[in-house]
Amino acid sequence: MAEEQYDLALVGSGPGGYVAAIRAAQLGLGVAIVEEDRPGGVCLNWGCIPTKALLRNAEILSLFRRAEEFGITVQGLTADYAQAIRRSRRVADRLSKGVEFLFKKNKITLIRGRGSLIGPTALQVGNGAEAQTVKAKAVILATGSEPKSLPSVPIDGQRIITSNDALRLETTPKSLLIIGAGAVGVEFADIYAAYGVQVTLLEALDRILPVEDEEISTLLTKSFTKRGIALRMGTKVLSAAPGPTGVVVEVEGGGKKEKLTADQVLVAVGRGAKIKGLGLEALGVALNNGFVKVDGRQATSVPGLYAIGDLVGPPLLAHKAMAEGVRAAEVIAGEEHHPPVDLASVPNCTYCQPQVASLGLTEAQARAKGLPVKIGRFPFQASGKALALGEPEGMVKVVAHGETGEILGAHIIGAEATELIAEFGLGKTLEATVEELALTMHAHPTLAEASLEASLGALGRAIHL
Amino acid sequence: MAITRVVMPKLSDAMETGKLLKWLKKEGDRVEGGEILAEIETDKADIELEAFGSGVLRKILVSPGTDVPVGAAIAVIADPTEDISGALGSTAAKPAPTAEPKTGETVSISPSSASQTAPAVEPEAEPTPTGRVRASPLAKRLARESGVEITVLKGSGPGGRIVRRDIEAYLAQGKRPAPVVRPVPLRPAAATAVGPEVEDRPLSSMRKTIARRMAESKATVPHFYLTVEVKMDHAWGLREQLNRLEGQPKVSVTDLVLKASALALHAHPEINASFAGESIKIHRRVHLGIAVALDDGLITPVLRECDAKSLSEIAGEARDLTERARTRKLKAQEITGATFTVSNLGMYDIEEFSAIINPPEGAILAVGSVVEQPVAEGGQIRIGRRMRLTLSCDHRVIDGAMGARFLQTLTRLLEEPLRLILSS
Repeated sequence: MAEEQYDLALVGSGPGGYVAAIRAAQLGLGVAIVEEDRPGGVCLNWGCIPTKALLRNAEILSLFRRAEEFGITVQGLTADYAQAIRRSRRVADRLSKGVEFLFKKNKITLIRGRGSLIGPTALQVGNGAEAQTVKAKAVILATGSEPKSLPSVPIDGQRIITSNDALRLETTPKSLLIIGAGAVGVEFADIYAAYGVQVTLLEALDRILPVEDEEISTLLTKSFTKRGIALRMGTKVLSAAPGPTGVVVEVEGGGKKEKLTADQVLVAVGRGAKIKGLGLEALGVALNNGFVKVDGRQATSVPGLYAIGDLVGPPLLAHKAMAEGVRAAEVIAGEEHHPPVDLASVPNCTYCQPQVASLGLTEAQARAKGLPVKIGRFPFQASGKALALGEPEGMVKVVAHGETGEILGAHIIGAEATELIAEFGLGKTLEATVEELALTMHAHPTLAEASLEASLGALGRAIHL
Repeated sequence: MAITRVVMPKLSDAMETGKLLKWLKKEGDRVEGGEILAEIETDKADIELEAFGSGVLRKILVSPGTDVPVGAAIAVIADPTEDISGALGSTAAKPAPTAEPKTGETVSISPSSASQTAPAVEPEAEPTPTGRVRASPLAKRLARESGVEITVLKGSGPGGRIVRRDIEAYLAQGKRPAPVVRPVPLRPAAATAVGPEVEDRPLSSMRKTIARRMAESKATVPHFYLTVEVKMDHAWGLREQLNRLEGQPKVSVTDLVLKASALALHAHPEINASFAGESIKIHRRVHLGIAVALDDGLITPVLRECDAKSLSEIAGEARDLTERARTRKLKAQEITGATFTVSNLGMYDIEEFSAIINPPEGAILAVGSVVEQPVAEGGQIRIGRRMRLTLSCDHRVIDGAMGARFLQTLTRLLEEPLRLILSS
């Protein structure tokens, strides 16, 4: 059995793992990274990136459908969903190769196979004769997460599917029932609806995107309803079973039980840490709510063993994993530039149409904390750029501390919301107040002006309202 | 492991340079943390400079008699084998770095004695050379609203930037704005005698500071004065009794006034206060400055936390501070941070005088001599002991009635002096 010795070994090459590996290599460590699938993890291969490719297709298709509005006539418009899936695979492949290239450039050893711990800082990769031992001075676990399922809704990969299946299947059903109106459910609702599928979104909680500010949920509800997406909030799924006329889903909402039928059911009820078979139990690695427990240095309860990303708990987002990866690598290399990752400042983005992006506290959360709150809102209806683009939907909402002007939260729904949120992220990092945002000159006309106006609004000084 | 660059400490807001008087260690001497390295003359006092890191005094960068800008390196302490060329690279002319020290290197000085606060809220001993405060907009705003003097904080953000958590940590300590490094209270008091002929006598740095600060105080602080006469018969008797006790420190009239002031300030925190532009800072602890006359000026050592000290503790510590003030053996933090000053000229038979406030303090108490005089009581004339106290108040902080109420409390404490012993 081959044996190799490194400064740092990582398990999992998703956005957390590959970023940590590169950062560690930059700091002079000898790094090996173990990956059973393709470099890039869920994000690149089965998550963020391919869905963004599909969402772009959906967006372009919607624009074609709206061509009349712009005085453009389109004849014989057809959209091939299989082509959209293939395009998304090409984008994912290209990025995955990009990650491999970065490994080479940084002299990081990519070891293919399934890694499991055989000691705090020792791994076994693969089984049997091909098994290999990787020893290191430190190990970072970055195996990520996988879709959760409901016991009463058995996944078959064809008629009852997860997001992973959805990204492979080149055909669309006539009707689709999505269980879960979080970011994943909402994005797929958007994609399939654009391709003409009759979509119903089910959510056990009382609103779409339950983690977002209520006003944002309300606006998205209106927008989705207008597009013909059926929303059934406060609805629990009791069971689902494929039948001759489609999948029959038994639901309960408002005290009533009901049977719904759809050609396909997509289960998007959240994700759980991928900890099975990692060898955590034998080492006594402490867990917290099903996720690996870490401290502000990303260290687990076992010395020398670190963990990052989805594995260590919510929010399950690639950019959070990347920040934790940099943090862990720098801790291990003894060069700490990156402070402990501040989970209160992680931006949350959903790439449906209209896009939703947010940061920090919702208005309700801020009020529940008993903080003095000032709200600033600016609808894109009043933005020249949004009107010129033909995207008047949505708004920017700023939640500011009533006394200090601290940016407590920012909530955006509308075109390019996911790009616009970065300004608030920088503001929060620099501890800028709404006063500084309001004093920052924003180019005219831009969508970003809405952020300026919302900040002014929180100060009671909005101009264009 | 560690290389310590010893730099000229900044001991007050006003201090820009310090004169290196004498090295007490030679190059090659072994130095332990806390040992006295050198003596430094500042505009306020001569200060003993303590070593912060342990090791060997590898290099002395500044010879005695040299004026050194605040923050400039004056020596390097390191292990005998350590390569110190990096630390030597930044010579005495450069200001000391204020950013975070690199790994394995500590950039630190300590003007004697133990540090007083947690690192995150340590007073910023060396503000950036430009005087610009590196702080986030939110931190500035919070500081302004809670009356925290932001310049005394040390930032924990990137590059030493002061961020919200630094203000919160500072406030959480309940310290409130009683910054540790503050302008030294200086008293006008006994003007030195002037010779008959004109003589051009260069100003000592202490005299320069007195001139500047007292002029500043009189020009910018609106003073008003309140005088009371205190019946000192009982206090005098108590003092004689106490001083007959063996094994107890001798108690002076000043000690009684200090103890009474501490109790009265505790009862009237609005007098233990400073004007801070946008707010009034109420100091929750009582740190009393005691004006001590020197041959060529005066100095105000600070008796800390008097509100929590017994009369005998105050007497013992006041004596020690006064003696060391006269022999110029005070440590840096023993001359900073007073919240109220007591100046007694009674020993010079001054019956009554009014003192100039030491900014940023809000008031100062001038103590006259205890005199025997005929007093009318119940239609009889008898001989009683009387003492006059004059409180100078900053009218931006204290109003007449507030000052008067404080003096009432103070008078009562001195007239019923057992209260000084009952409440420790």
